[in-house]
Amino acid sequence: MLDDFLIRAALAGLGVALCAAPLGCFVVWRRMAYFGEATAHASILGVALALSLSLPILPAVLVAALIMAMTVSILTGRGYAMDTVLGVMAHTALAAGLVAVALLSDIRLDLMGFLFGDILAVSRSDLAVIWGGAAVVLGLTWWRWSALLTATLNPDLARASGIDPRREELGLTVALAIVVAVAIKVVGVLLIAALLVIPAAAARPLTRTPEAMAIWAGVLGGLSALGGLWAAFWLDAPTGPSIVCTAALLFILTTLGGALRRN
Amino acid sequence: MSAPLISVRDLTLKMNGRVVLEHVTTDIAPDEIVTIVGPNGSGKSTFLRALIGAVPPASGHIERAKGLRIGYVPQKLAIDASLPLTVERFLGLPKRITTRKAADALEKAGVPDLHDRQMSALSGGQFQRVLLARALLENPQLLLLDEATQGLDQPGAAAFYQQIEEVRSDMGCAVVMVSHDLHVVMAASDRVLCMNGHICCAGTPEIVASAPEYRALFGSGTKGTFALYRHQHSHDHEHDHTHEHSH
Repeated sequence: MLDDFLIRAALAGLGVALCAAPLGCFVVWRRMAYFGEATAHASILGVALALSLSLPILPAVLVAALIMAMTVSILTGRGYAMDTVLGVMAHTALAAGLVAVALLSDIRLDLMGFLFGDILAVSRSDLAVIWGGAAVVLGLTWWRWSALLTATLNPDLARASGIDPRREELGLTVALAIVVAVAIKVVGVLLIAALLVIPAAAARPLTRTPEAMAIWAGVLGGLSALGGLWAAFWLDAPTGPSIVCTAALLFILTTLGGALRRN
Repeated sequence: MSAPLISVRDLTLKMNGRVVLEHVTTDIAPDEIVTIVGPNGSGKSTFLRALIGAVPPASGHIERAKGLRIGYVPQKLAIDASLPLTVERFLGLPKRITTRKAADALEKAGVPDLHDRQMSALSGGQFQRVLLARALLENPQLLLLDEATQGLDQPGAAAFYQQIEEVRSDMGCAVVMVSHDLHVVMAASDRVLCMNGHICCAGTPEIVASAPEYRALFGSGTKGTFALYRHQHSHDHEHDHTHEHSH
């Protein structure tokens, strides 16, 4: 029953879920859920610009996401609270991206595909990009794990141990931009942040150490991708949203389980 | 006298463009316990953060001895509830350590048997001691404590300082601490720096306690912790002003 495109879709979903998991943990620990959102929304602007200038889409998305992340970092702490800056930037980027796409009327653009993903249309080269990106992100996270975790706990504590917290944050930002860029095809820009946050949040009640949480987030993210794909196939529902709904279901289950165990 | 661990020369520090501390010159010698006292906003914590390199000098120099090992206990450490963390894992950040080593450090800090607990499940006193244990892991030559007894009651704070004394005599490290618990702390220190935007006065606890600048800040009673003090200390960099603090 597993046709070729379904296998490709499953592999794409797994790849994104695996690399989103450890980053999602940092997003949750550092309370930057909307940071992921803003980065993701900026990527639609990147898509529009790439198409209008006939540039390859992936690097354009990466650059747009990075510029957004840097801008947010710079603006924060200059008179506006983080959530205000993100609220302005995320929605501006999305709106400007949509306007830009509409103005490029000569280009046939499947907007829905970018907003909600089109995992069933993943090609072999898409798969290579996704797994390549995932490998880079996982490698980066593995390499910087302890330093990043220390900087997340407390920047001064990190400094006293000879770690530059700003450098670690920059690494995290770059990794986030890569995840956003490779995840567009799978869940689309509107739901990327969900794939970062929900599996990590669902893993929290199951775990006692940061490492266990990252691994469980990967497991639950992978289950969400496969379960969502399966549900979408049988219910004839859109895949991206089905994946996110499955993740949400797992979140509800683990949270209830955690609450029951405490009582 | 042996070479200082850190020498600070004419240091001025700014936060958000505002001068919080200026013209500080001092040396931290090996083995000594230095206490920094001063009202809120007097630049004490910023000074400590400058010592670890978290705040760059606006002018002046901070020179650290080569390869100086610093153990730092921050003022506050808010661990987000979403971050699961056992005590042992916390001690192993950023460098993984063996269970044996973690147990040793916890023992030294006076809280054995905590290694398997969640950080979020610790009491205030236990939490501060775990922070101390982590600072001790690197076998520091210099221990920096930023109001480490915040949130502890009087007996808790006194016990904590006793622990610091033991650690110092045990490991032979220098200690620089910022504190509000004046009478407890000053008794235990070799040298006191009284700060209020600059160093108002410095010296042995007896000298500082009798200095007019110190009395202007904290009153002449020994129970400075509870005194409602009125600060009418004039500065050369600011107009005269009055602060009222209650503790």
